[in-house]
Amino acid sequence: MSVEFCGLRLAHPVINGSGTFDAIAARRAFGDGLCAAFPFAAYVSKTITLEPRQGNPPPRLWESPGGLINSIGLPNKGLERYMSEDVPQLASLTAAVTRSAGDGRSVPLITNVMGSSAAEFAQLVEACEARPEITAVELNVSCPNVKTGLDIGADPRQLEDVLREVRSRSAKPLIVKLTPNTADVAACAQAAQDGGADAVSLINTLRAMALAPHARTGPPRPWLGGGTGGLSGGAVRTIALAQVAAVAARLQIPVIGMGGVQSAAHARDLIDVGATLVAVGTESFRDPAAAGKVARGLQEASDG
Amino acid sequence: MSDSSAAIAPFGRRLLTVTGMHELGDVYRLLIAADDGPDPEPGQFAMLAAAERWGGGEDERPYLPRAFSIARRRPGESQFLLEDVGPGTRRLCELEEGDGLWALGPLGAGFRAPTAGRRAILVGGGVGIAPLAILQDTLESEPAVLLGFRDGPRCAGRELLPGAAVASDDGSAGHHGPVTDLLLAEVDRDRHATVYACGPSAMLEAVRAICATRGVPAQLALEAGMACGFGACFGCAVPRRGGGYLRVCVDGPVIDAAELERVDEHAGAPQ
Repeated sequence: MSVEFCGLRLAHPVINGSGTFDAIAARRAFGDGLCAAFPFAAYVSKTITLEPRQGNPPPRLWESPGGLINSIGLPNKGLERYMSEDVPQLASLTAAVTRSAGDGRSVPLITNVMGSSAAEFAQLVEACEARPEITAVELNVSCPNVKTGLDIGADPRQLEDVLREVRSRSAKPLIVKLTPNTADVAACAQAAQDGGADAVSLINTLRAMALAPHARTGPPRPWLGGGTGGLSGGAVRTIALAQVAAVAARLQIPVIGMGGVQSAAHARDLIDVGATLVAVGTESFRDPAAAGKVARGLQEASDG
Repeated sequence: MSDSSAAIAPFGRRLLTVTGMHELGDVYRLLIAADDGPDPEPGQFAMLAAAERWGGGEDERPYLPRAFSIARRRPGESQFLLEDVGPGTRRLCELEEGDGLWALGPLGAGFRAPTAGRRAILVGGGVGIAPLAILQDTLESEPAVLLGFRDGPRCAGRELLPGAAVASDDGSAGHHGPVTDLLLAEVDRDRHATVYACGPSAMLEAVRAICATRGVPAQLALEAGMACGFGACFGCAVPRRGGGYLRVCVDGPVIDAAELERVDEHAGAPQ
């Protein structure tokens, strides 16, 4: 079941979606048990920005039919402290996972970064380039351009410009995390490929909203502190399948498919429409070991 | 209570069996067969979900597991206190002996032992009395226990903590008024104490304010809607004194009152 992705040999095709598994917090909660049964073939960090972010005011969660709307707001300690504090801890974790696995195959660290301009992305990518512990970089482009206010990832021209700006600054694989909140996701994926991306990943969460209960007692207001949020979980699975299929049919570079994967059968569907890797996100909230079950299910199915 | 306030959970949720569901007035005491998982520290919690029919209730929910304080640990058995306040808690309250239950835990940072010489005062409200029961079991010397309830039917939970003084909002049991009236009297009698509290956010805020103005250390077990329970989702954030947020699941659920400017209306959602 091992798989090749951007020149890397991975033990299986299942990784985590960015921002859905804090490996440092999980190691505190689960101890060495996490290392012995680490469920992901590569580990993707949460989104890192140049400056620290506190995240959105609560409430940050809303449970919807078969899914979850979150408005977390990308809290992170900023590039400098991520590099000095988290990267060494994550490297020590992946080293412990490698020792546990015993087959010498390591779990690569993929760092997810978000900027609000091409120049910011360039600075983030250069910092990742300088760190040997980081194997690949994922660009979160679901962010409004500081000047135009348009989501960088929803506009093929802006997206291609960002890729051209960062491509020459890194020899590491560059993955573009596409936003599903666009009219033509395949056109955006094409722009990422044209700009020099090594892979794309999708889907990010779908923009969604919930109103506070008991609105009759006052003016209607959004429940989430951030106003709107992103929908994930089983509810988005069929949308993810359609978008992954459309993108994989158009591109030559590999695709990481994700969105509502809860079982090996769901992962198989994404692989069948062209995904090379599959990410598990919200399902890890329901069971931190879920991705391991997905990977084992794929393995058993391929063993026949 | 050991020096450490957190036991390490096995990685991954485990399928356990319900061994009992007992009505206790308007709340339920859920008993589940404990596996060979570690003994929880008082104040730690578990994420619970029914193994069958988790989903398909009101608004096609529940979807995510729900967080509950561990109320008591007996050899071979763990206890929880449930109140039906939404589609998740409703489904859990319907469980019967023999049903399967997914459990992840014990999780979070629990209560810390009182510093030398200070007596413990336990203050609980509603189903929030749960973690105080396991705390009472483990304290070295007998604490003062003060419990508040909305009305008579909800007071039945008092039997979990023997020897408790009770207050009720409607006057149907014990003191007629908030439990913080009892706390004020207790603290003013002797301030050399550590307060341990769990309950509704308004009660916790009143406890925090009373303790802050009198210089009495307090440990508050907070509640917040959370998706995961182990630091992954960042959904259970509460404002921290001086800026930023704490994650109730990994920085708490037991948080030193001095870390909070005030106890916010809880961060809400999944119930």
